[in-house]
Amino acid sequence: MTKEERIENLNRLSGTDVRKCMKCGKCSGRCPAFKDMDIKPHQFVSMLAKGKIDELLESEAIWNCLSCMACVERCPRGVAPAAVVEAVRDTVVRMQGKNGIKAEEIPPIVDELIPQQLLVSAYRKYNK
Amino acid sequence: MQRIGVFICWCGSNIAATVDVEKVAEVIKSEPGVVYSANYQYMCSENGQQLIKQAIKEHNLTGVVVGACSPRMHEATFRKAAEEAGLNPYMVEIANIREHCSWIHKDMDEATEKAVILVRTAIAKVKLNAPLTAGESPVVKRALVIGGGIAGIQAALDIADAGFEVDIVEKNATIGGRMAQLDKTFPTLDCSACILTPKMVDCAQHEKIDILSYSEVEDVKGFVGNFSVKIRRKARFVDETKCTGCKICMEKCPSKKGLNEFNMNLNTRPAIYIPFAQAIPNVAVIDPTQCIKMKTGKCGICQKFCGVGAIDYEQKDTFIERQYGAIVVATGFKPIALDNFNEYGYADNKDVITSLELERLMNAAGPTNGVLLRPSDGEHPKVVTFIQCVGSRDTSGCGKPYCSKICCMYTAKHAMMIREKYPDTEVHVFYIDVRTPGKNYDEFYRRAVEQYGVDYIKGMVGKVYNENGKLMVQGSNLIDNEQITIESDLVVLATAIEPEPSVRKVATLLTASIDTNNFLTESHAKLRPVESPTAGVYLAGVCQGPKDIPETVSQASACAAKVIGLLVKDKLKTNPCVASPDENMCNGCSQCANVCAYGAITYIDKEFRLGGGKTEIRRVASVNPAVCQGCGACTVTCPSGAMDLKGFSSKQIMSEVEAICKM
Amino acid sequence: MKISYYPGCTLRTKAKELDVTARLCAEALGVQMEEIENWQCCGAVYPMGTDEIATKLSAVRALDYAKHNGGKLLTLCSACHNVIKRTNEDMKTNADICFRANNYLKLDEPYKGETEVIHYLEMLKNVVGFDAIKKAVVNPINRKIGAYYGCLLLRPSGVMAFDNPENPTIIEDFIRAIGGTPVVYPFRNECCGAYVSLKNSELPKQKSMKVLSSAKEKGAEEVITACPLCLYNLQANGGDILPVKYFTELLAEALGVKA
Repeated sequence: MTKEERIENLNRLSGTDVRKCMKCGKCSGRCPAFKDMDIKPHQFVSMLAKGKIDELLESEAIWNCLSCMACVERCPRGVAPAAVVEAVRDTVVRMQGKNGIKAEEIPPIVDELIPQQLLVSAYRKYNK
Repeated sequence: MQRIGVFICWCGSNIAATVDVEKVAEVIKSEPGVVYSANYQYMCSENGQQLIKQAIKEHNLTGVVVGACSPRMHEATFRKAAEEAGLNPYMVEIANIREHCSWIHKDMDEATEKAVILVRTAIAKVKLNAPLTAGESPVVKRALVIGGGIAGIQAALDIADAGFEVDIVEKNATIGGRMAQLDKTFPTLDCSACILTPKMVDCAQHEKIDILSYSEVEDVKGFVGNFSVKIRRKARFVDETKCTGCKICMEKCPSKKGLNEFNMNLNTRPAIYIPFAQAIPNVAVIDPTQCIKMKTGKCGICQKFCGVGAIDYEQKDTFIERQYGAIVVATGFKPIALDNFNEYGYADNKDVITSLELERLMNAAGPTNGVLLRPSDGEHPKVVTFIQCVGSRDTSGCGKPYCSKICCMYTAKHAMMIREKYPDTEVHVFYIDVRTPGKNYDEFYRRAVEQYGVDYIKGMVGKVYNENGKLMVQGSNLIDNEQITIESDLVVLATAIEPEPSVRKVATLLTASIDTNNFLTESHAKLRPVESPTAGVYLAGVCQGPKDIPETVSQASACAAKVIGLLVKDKLKTNPCVASPDENMCNGCSQCANVCAYGAITYIDKEFRLGGGKTEIRRVASVNPAVCQGCGACTVTCPSGAMDLKGFSSKQIMSEVEAICKM
Repeated sequence: MKISYYPGCTLRTKAKELDVTARLCAEALGVQMEEIENWQCCGAVYPMGTDEIATKLSAVRALDYAKHNGGKLLTLCSACHNVIKRTNEDMKTNADICFRANNYLKLDEPYKGETEVIHYLEMLKNVVGFDAIKKAVVNPINRKIGAYYGCLLLRPSGVMAFDNPENPTIIEDFIRAIGGTPVVYPFRNECCGAYVSLKNSELPKQKSMKVLSSAKEKGAEEVITACPLCLYNLQANGGDILPVKYFTELLAEALGVKA
């Protein structure tokens, strides 16, 4: 795949139009995981628009985004930064050996209170 | 035999880059009836017009077709040229090969083919054109200004100074509008009241100006030069001719808990009140929803104390009807409601306020006498944070898609004024872009930063919340790529503005067009910016688009110049393309009169000869050509096909359709 | 009345009390929750990738079942509600997803988003009515309660259409109906830390503590939620700040219903 095709795929997978962004930073102003995002929500949008996808695919932020939709809710331009993060995360976990969580890591952290919902959602987000 | 001349315009490259103009001119030469065909770079230029004039004379043309831009743009230009060469101006037809063709196509072959068809269509029509002569209608030498803010005031003063009568219809109890609520004005920081109130007084004292306050336009009939307007004079329950503005009623009124609209509801006013000290007219008004006498029948204190007997609880709305030659719309704006922006906490926190509320809090005549105190506890705020673009530039559906234009400058003004008055107060401004085009505007904003030390932060706020009595403003600082939270005492929202909602009714009454954001549409964005497409209607101030005071005043004066140019004429040429019935076919059914929006159609009883010396009297339609606007509604409604439009007859339109279908 | 009900995986195991109290209360209020047949886990998170189809099929199956069984699907867990409602919107408005999902499922009749998805709280408000609940209360909850909405019920508001995303009122109205005093606090619509708990436990810790300390600062004595994961995160990280319960537990208490 050429780089252009990879950029095109990522755009399509996100389903959002990054060119609508007016660079106001409201998404990052609202993001509850901001401190844990090495690449900030507004940067996901602008870096995809500029085609800097290799950096995006290396980001740690994809594991810390909470998918809480606060950025999507409040974007004044109808852009969905969280959908860009998800598109990047999907792209990463679909690659061989790039899962965010290994099965063997789970048992030690599972306590008897952990709801199934947590395991299912984390697996859906982090693994393929 | 018809002798048609065809002129194809390049419009520089606007047409010529997509349409093969030479080919069009060449192909058209062989059309029956065409005796001359030419193309030229700019047909509207002096040389282009000369080409038409010469051809008319040299080739004895009986009709002219110009393939060029929209007839809205230059039909009048080419008609005038033809007239100067001795041809009746209504023997000119325009084929729109720019907007309808070159601008919307990419493929040259297709566009050229379409241009040929469009020109053929115009030829088919011009062959059936008949010479028409414009009639005349008188001009009523009086103007109506709807809205008494700074736009309406300026327009009225300029028109009146030229010697024409002007009525200002203002829906509120006083003129002055939004500008009266402001504290200082950018970029020179002169006090708003000091520069506005003298103009208000000028209006009141001008012998040519009649202020109809607390009044609304109820109905509009007629047309340019001769509008007939019905005005509702709302009952103020105070006799305007008697009230001296002494304010004793305000002091004595026991019902003092009404929200003070003029102060953006930041404090209260009595049920009988004068909106502010410099109100024009300086006459009280009673709020019937709050007045104890009017709600319960008991009280009447104001009436007892009024020394001149001006109070009249029984007063009713009255109506007056007046004639005007021109109408200026200056209905102004309001800040948008913030229901869709709860993330900024406006509804939950008293100390989150709008910029217009801050104007009142900073104003010497405001609820705090100009001392900046926070609404919640009356304490002096030590940290003030401004948020710009609240509801502006928002395409998500929550706000307005446009830039409200005035907020960057007034926020810089507010920030500067607070730092000037209270140097111990920290001021932060969250912004997306600072937009300051205008004379001395950017310098003004930079002064706020460089001289007054206002902290400008590039980024938007995500959330404002209350924590331990402080307003936490959490937002982006994009330059440093960080998320910051500013502990603030007062948060000011630079709220988007929108046209005053009553403009919709006014626009409907005037058949003036309005855009998706409720701004009135100008006739041409660049060349006719103060004229509505409806003849005789002019636009001043924010009703046409966001603008600040200097721009509003310029536009109002421009409106006045247009109005004066109209009123100075004794008669106007009327459009000869009016409806006319074929009386032999008319059966007097009244359907045309029912659809006529202008009241141009009446019925007469007329005697017709039946042959053999017999006659009969029949009821037939009759069109007043001075009133008819040529809209054509009657021609399509007429069941017997008796009604036709001069210059746009059914026969002409059918021949155009045939020309298109022939290919 | 009867209504098709989708319990979801967690309500069968770790969040039994949410399920049990909800059913008993509904019955007491005249609503029978009929668990749909052969339901499968919804996946717990809505897959945003535009090519995700298989991950939405269990939601579509449940929706299709409800379409033929009353036309409404009642949800209780916030996550299930979010996944099923957003998937339903896709089936209604996204022709590509609708076509491909139906292509997989080969139902007798294609499913096109016909079912109405309603959350238990919406059922209480619109079907039973808060006034009727007020009348049915035998033990008024005389406590100050903070409503915790979290993310999943509210956002994205364009699709969820649950309440005002920044200033919701439905749970506060519910609290009033059961005799409690709602405490409005600014972090009631902020995220608890969600699934990130498994990868980076520090982030949910901070987020959950912030939610509960904000509620406490504004005077709440306890916090209620509709989401098992929110409950887990809040309890695990801030259980010492304020107690956290399912909203149905308080409803049961108010109605005098015992499991």
